[in-house]
Amino acid sequence: MANTLALPLPRAWTPRLILTLLLAPALLWLVALIVLPHMQLALLSFRERVAPHEYEPSLGQYQTFFAEPLYWQVFVRTAVLSVTATALTLLVAFPIAWVITKVARGRASSLLFAICLIPFWVSETVRALGWLILLRESGVLPALLVKLGLTAMPPELLYHDATILTGLVYTSLLFMVVPLVSSLESLDNSLVEAAYDLGASGLAILRHIVIPHAAPGITAGCIVVFMLCLGNYLTPNLLGGKNSQWFTELIYTQFIVRFNWEQGAAFGFLLLGLSTAIVALGLRMSGQRFVDVMRRS
Amino acid sequence: MIASLPRPAWLRAATALYVAAFLVFLFAPLLIVAVFAFNNASYPAPPWRGFTLDWFLGSPTSGRAGLFHDTQLLGSLWTSLIVAIWVTLLSVTVGTANSFLMERYRFRGKQLLSILMLIPLVIPGVILGISILSLSSRVAELLDDLLGLDLDFLRPGLPLVVVGQFSYIATIATLMISARLKRFDLTLEEAALNLGASHAAVLRTITLPYLRPALIGSAAISFLMSFENFNTTLMLVGSDAPLTVMMYGRMREGASPVLNAVSLFLMLASALLALSLMRGGPRTSAGRPGPAST
Repeated sequence: MANTLALPLPRAWTPRLILTLLLAPALLWLVALIVLPHMQLALLSFRERVAPHEYEPSLGQYQTFFAEPLYWQVFVRTAVLSVTATALTLLVAFPIAWVITKVARGRASSLLFAICLIPFWVSETVRALGWLILLRESGVLPALLVKLGLTAMPPELLYHDATILTGLVYTSLLFMVVPLVSSLESLDNSLVEAAYDLGASGLAILRHIVIPHAAPGITAGCIVVFMLCLGNYLTPNLLGGKNSQWFTELIYTQFIVRFNWEQGAAFGFLLLGLSTAIVALGLRMSGQRFVDVMRRS
Repeated sequence: MIASLPRPAWLRAATALYVAAFLVFLFAPLLIVAVFAFNNASYPAPPWRGFTLDWFLGSPTSGRAGLFHDTQLLGSLWTSLIVAIWVTLLSVTVGTANSFLMERYRFRGKQLLSILMLIPLVIPGVILGISILSLSSRVAELLDDLLGLDLDFLRPGLPLVVVGQFSYIATIATLMISARLKRFDLTLEEAALNLGASHAAVLRTITLPYLRPALIGSAAISFLMSFENFNTTLMLVGSDAPLTVMMYGRMREGASPVLNAVSLFLMLASALLALSLMRGGPRTSAGRPGPAST
């Protein structure tokens, strides 16, 4: 327990006292708000009420999850849609990150980057409201489609999976663009020029030079975006309506509506497990460390 | 293809088109929200029926209660403000302490602690919410059984909302402040100490002023993220709803242009915050919000 500063200190016990004082808030925060709550959640998920105020250890909640098709179908659906949303976000964000770092120059580049960040200063609730007004049957886009003569009746654009995906991609873009830009910035232009001079096609340059170089940024962005999609509640709920069937909604229903905390806790752990598994997989595939990825994003 | 290489005309056109489409995608929802705050109709939908300020100023008696007369919305705005101030104070204080701890000291378990500090960012907000909810009600139960105490702040309500938001915003504040403290030149402190300054004086006149941009930046980001938080808040909220939860409830009932009005107000407020951050001080990592939707 040594102070790394080679400074003259008034008394021998001072560094230790200061260290204790600095450790206290950190430990209080992490133990009381992260570690203990999750232990309690785990306890909840592994017990069953046998009589009022009497509980027994049980795997009942987890069995219910697998026995009830609705539950695990929603789980799988949430995972699949989140992966799709992550892939789409990467596809949409990559060209923009490329333009920002490699095509636009000087002020235009930093201006475009700044403009890309603006919407994310605005609350997700406001952005969801915008999509609602744009897409619902009486909304702007259906009215426009009718006016252009593309459809006779205004179509309902809300409550489809595609709507949920649009909303998720929209809310996730920032978390993809930022790591992509920072990893593409460090790509030396002369590498691309050399490959071009040697006759490589655009696709070959992308595959052999750009993507390998940007891999850390791509992984970081994908991990963060996937986690955010999986844990999102607001966007699937508002844009998907009753059809959204997002796993976080099941957790909310069990906890807040039905007051079945044991079941809700089990669902929470399943979601946490899925999120952790995918993050670990992503890290392993790209051979990166968790700490570096989090710092980067 | 990069700027220094020849690009065919079609590629230039495609790039320009893509950037334009991307910007429309980004800004259409926000623009729409702003425009319909001024539409003279009781439902935020086309067609355009003329300009009105009713959704800001309208009195309840006219049948159109504008934002400035909607006591419920104003109340939730106030609630959000109070919550955000608490979360900001807590996060920046704890974040500063954490930064000194992690950058200046060596101790056993430091590696573990540094990983633990990042964990809150990877836990979905909904789960942060339910885990804190279940622990606090367990503690409340225990205290009630053992001591006969009935502690209100352990039940769903604003104190729990503050604690829940703080639990992950503290990580962001820690990262932002640590990043700046890491680059601090220790010889400055040594010189001041050699010249006879006390430790308190060094902290006050050298280290903290150096950290100022990061402190301000992290305060702004903490405030913004608290104000915008939805997932964690939804799980912990009691009878006083902060703005995001209130807006969500109203949106589910069917939109009214008052929501557009309050949204426009929020947009202007965040724009102001962003601009003042970008102008003030050297560029820190404050230029962008963190994972706001966790």
